[in-house]
Amino acid sequence: MSKPKAVIAYPVPEEVVEFVREHCDLKVLDFSKPVNLETIKDEIRDAEGMVILGLRIDDQLLDHTPKLKVASNITVGYNNCDVEAMKKRSVLCTHSPGVLDETVADFVMGLMISAARRLPELDTFTKEGKWVKGDMSELFGRDVHHSTLGIIGMGRIGEAVARRAKFGFEMDVIYYNRSRKEAVEKELGITYKPMDELLAEADFLVTLTPLTAETAHLIGERELDLMKEGSFVINASRGPVIDEEALIKALQSGKLAGAGLDVFEKEPLPKDSPLLSMKNVVTTPHIAAGTHQTMANLAWSAARSMVEVLETGTSKNIVPEMK
Amino acid sequence: MEKPKIFIANPVPEDVEEFLKESCECVKWDFRYPKTLEGILENIRDVDGVIQVGMKIDDRILDNAPKLKVVSNISVGYNNYDLDAMKRRGIIGTNTPGVLDNTVSDLILGLILNSARRIPELNRFTKSGSWVKADNSDLFGKDIHGSSLGIIGMGRIGEKVARRAKLGFGMDVSYYNRGRKLEVEEELGIVYRPMEEILKISDFVLLMTPLTPETTHLVGEKELKLMKASAFLINASRGQVVDEKALIKALEEGWIAGAGLDVYEKEPIDADNPLLRLQNAVTVPHIGSATTKTRDEMAWAAAKALVDELYGKNSGMRVPELS
Repeated sequence: MSKPKAVIAYPVPEEVVEFVREHCDLKVLDFSKPVNLETIKDEIRDAEGMVILGLRIDDQLLDHTPKLKVASNITVGYNNCDVEAMKKRSVLCTHSPGVLDETVADFVMGLMISAARRLPELDTFTKEGKWVKGDMSELFGRDVHHSTLGIIGMGRIGEAVARRAKFGFEMDVIYYNRSRKEAVEKELGITYKPMDELLAEADFLVTLTPLTAETAHLIGERELDLMKEGSFVINASRGPVIDEEALIKALQSGKLAGAGLDVFEKEPLPKDSPLLSMKNVVTTPHIAAGTHQTMANLAWSAARSMVEVLETGTSKNIVPEMK
Repeated sequence: MEKPKIFIANPVPEDVEEFLKESCECVKWDFRYPKTLEGILENIRDVDGVIQVGMKIDDRILDNAPKLKVVSNISVGYNNYDLDAMKRRGIIGTNTPGVLDNTVSDLILGLILNSARRIPELNRFTKSGSWVKADNSDLFGKDIHGSSLGIIGMGRIGEKVARRAKLGFGMDVSYYNRGRKLEVEEELGIVYRPMEEILKISDFVLLMTPLTPETTHLVGEKELKLMKASAFLINASRGQVVDEKALIKALEEGWIAGAGLDVYEKEPIDADNPLLRLQNAVTVPHIGSATTKTRDEMAWAAAKALVDELYGKNSGMRVPELS
């Protein structure tokens, strides 16, 4: 029996390539060129399985992949996949949950401390030779310990953040989620609040919802208005969960003291975005899961899911809508 | 009784100044101008007390302040005190321990996260418009959860850091200290190791010793060479604990992966110090305790200690060598 044909459409560690090659007739794309439908359509014509990161899987692409059985996302989020279109053509979609929770939670804490204590701003300040003797009170930041953290979206990453905040920094942790998580409340000593109450009480707001039709612009002008004067917004989930224009206004007016943002409505962030000139906003290039260890683990997870589907027809990592 | 006279050598919050004025006659430096030795000598000629940060209290000062009885540091460190010179004259010296432990510990976790996940570097990268492509594997960092932290000098701040690292981030924490702290070992699940072993095995080495003749250049070329090439050095104690020239060499030549620094051999650091050109050094301007809330609390603690001592009450804040 011949091996199924597979395409790897994102750079992955060599061992992962070898693993897939053992099970599949594999094509690895040329990553010196940008990866999009135009550049790859001739390469994916026979593909039965694909390992992807961020590549848009929609009718347009699927028209070029008549044999495709599975698209495996290296990420947890899969809003790049048109799940309905895939369903119609019986193409399965997998993702890689569980692998990156701790790495993303580390980064969320990093953004929080960085915004509150202004580390990136003050690192640049020092490197530019601006540190001179005298009154330093303009460089003071805000305490993280014992302040109130509001988490919107309490999944595995939310729990990992709550653990750090509560046990490490003795923060008061409150959360909002579609469904209450009583076991987590008990284990971590955190409290459920309706969303508007949470917004009014949090010193730091962390959004951790997946991006869906319901969560797009979940945080807009009305929600930001409800927040405390001098509070902070941290987003490392998906940019469109926050109305960026409203966020920029709240930062410009001084309503918010600062923000830590790893994700944006449009990525890469356009060069004329007002966020890029704000010293009180920490901006990073969608890198919350970006450690070598975790990216290797994610690539392994996606490759295994793809091979599993090709060999057995199913995988535990098939996205919930298709189960 | 005539009110004692004091010199306020560093800015304190208004309500603290009001408090001092109630029980003391106050002269205050004009903070629009940098302090000069001549200016200081003139102001201390007839004062009973001084409240300040980092002012060198040695023979030269004391010879010019015949009435001086109490010096109050708005800081925990008191290496600005010439303890022998003060002892000989029976001068009381106080500091403000305890108040800032949590705030400094927050910053230390911030330095660890900023170094490992390259947040200041990536903030500059994004802000300068360099973020243009989706593949960003050259921007990846290192995980902190599950990694090992070695703390050299286990006092109150060390304990707070250990709590965050161990209970929050699931780090493997070991420490070296002159005296073992069995209670802390048990409470936090941390391990005592000789210093050399800490240097050899830790992913993050944190220096938390006070500055004394024994700890001056505690970490030099030999110690840096014992560290792993993938490890980071974090210093938020005193700059002189590290041989800065050796550290610069270590960072330039890749003996270690990076450093997170809040303190330097000379402060403010010279604008042409090679450290400031290194992307793998996070350099913040001695802001360990610099949040508005904590600095207010430190000023209150220092002011109360000064007034207590001037009115003949033991403040409980005297540094051990002078009590």
